[in-house]
Amino acid sequence: MTEENTPENTAPNRGMPLWIQITVWTVLVALLVVVFMGLIRAREGNVQAGAETESFDFTMPLFEGYYYKDAQEVSLTDLRGKIVVLNFWATWCVPCQQEAAELEEAWRFYEPDGEVIFIGVDYVDTEPEARDYLKEYDITYPNGPDMGTEISQAFRIQGVPETYFLDRDGVVQHVQLGPFRSTDQIKSIVNSLLAE
Amino acid sequence: MKKINILILLIIVISLFSVGTVAAQGGTDDISDDEVNAIAKQLFCPVCENTPLDVCETQACKQWRELIRLKLSEGWTEPEIKQYFVDNYGARVLSEPPAEGFSLLVYFVPPAIILVGIVVLFRAFKQWKDDDDEINALEAEASSTSTGEATNPDEDYLARFEEEMRKQD
Repeated sequence: MTEENTPENTAPNRGMPLWIQITVWTVLVALLVVVFMGLIRAREGNVQAGAETESFDFTMPLFEGYYYKDAQEVSLTDLRGKIVVLNFWATWCVPCQQEAAELEEAWRFYEPDGEVIFIGVDYVDTEPEARDYLKEYDITYPNGPDMGTEISQAFRIQGVPETYFLDRDGVVQHVQLGPFRSTDQIKSIVNSLLAE
Repeated sequence: MKKINILILLIIVISLFSVGTVAAQGGTDDISDDEVNAIAKQLFCPVCENTPLDVCETQACKQWRELIRLKLSEGWTEPEIKQYFVDNYGARVLSEPPAEGFSLLVYFVPPAIILVGIVVLFRAFKQWKDDDDEINALEAEASSTSTGEATNPDEDYLARFEEEMRKQD
């Protein structure tokens, strides 16, 4: 067999240059990773009980007239040592309206002791509408807008209303998806956290 | 009596001059729906996914459109209004992501993929054409060198193979 007729020398190399192949595969793998991460996040759902809020602490501005101890903004770290009831709501949310009275009643029950703090987080409302809502339902606990939807994204809320109960260490202990049935339901959850 | 009438008339005339003109103020009624929707279509509904604000009928969208109308009536410009929404509700409310940070990928990756695809297709077509040309050249060579042979291409390749084997012996 002569050298010029060996199989290795008969077929010309028609493949793409190596650098193009590496680039194409790298881009495809990177895209797959991004899509995979997006799917993972989409499947995560909202923050569950047991989650520590230290990793996504936030500072939220408060509506005028709805300050917390005269402070115009509040952060979760400021509230360590207290039971926190974090309620996400919106004016266009009918179930939110259904539970507004229960939440306010529960707040007025716990406020004198200073052990429990209710925080209302307004989701994608305009301020005038939000203020009208707070006034209509005679809500007095601290409330503020979720600027940039950062807080709702941190808690990965799936809708409104959603309420997160945090213990004195800032750990989520209970998640309520949808409206509360009664004030007693709220008290039952808060009392269990106070007893710890 | 005449003096009283003149006095009354004089008071009336003086009163007319003392009344200041009141300019009609441009309220939100002066802002047309087209002006509002020109900005609204650049924003997404905060509740429904991928629904432009100008066609969304949810309560939240109506509130946002009224907010746009209010800002326009106050003299805000389009960039100012869009920035206001970004500051309050996040960059994801924009129908066109900002060209910064991770969002830059949206502007670079699709054109890059299309470009790579064009290159791949071009090279594939070129390779197919080269293969066809080579086959045609081999067939032409086989038909010109053999005499009285069958026109079956398989037989041509077999004859060529046998010739190569004889050369190696």
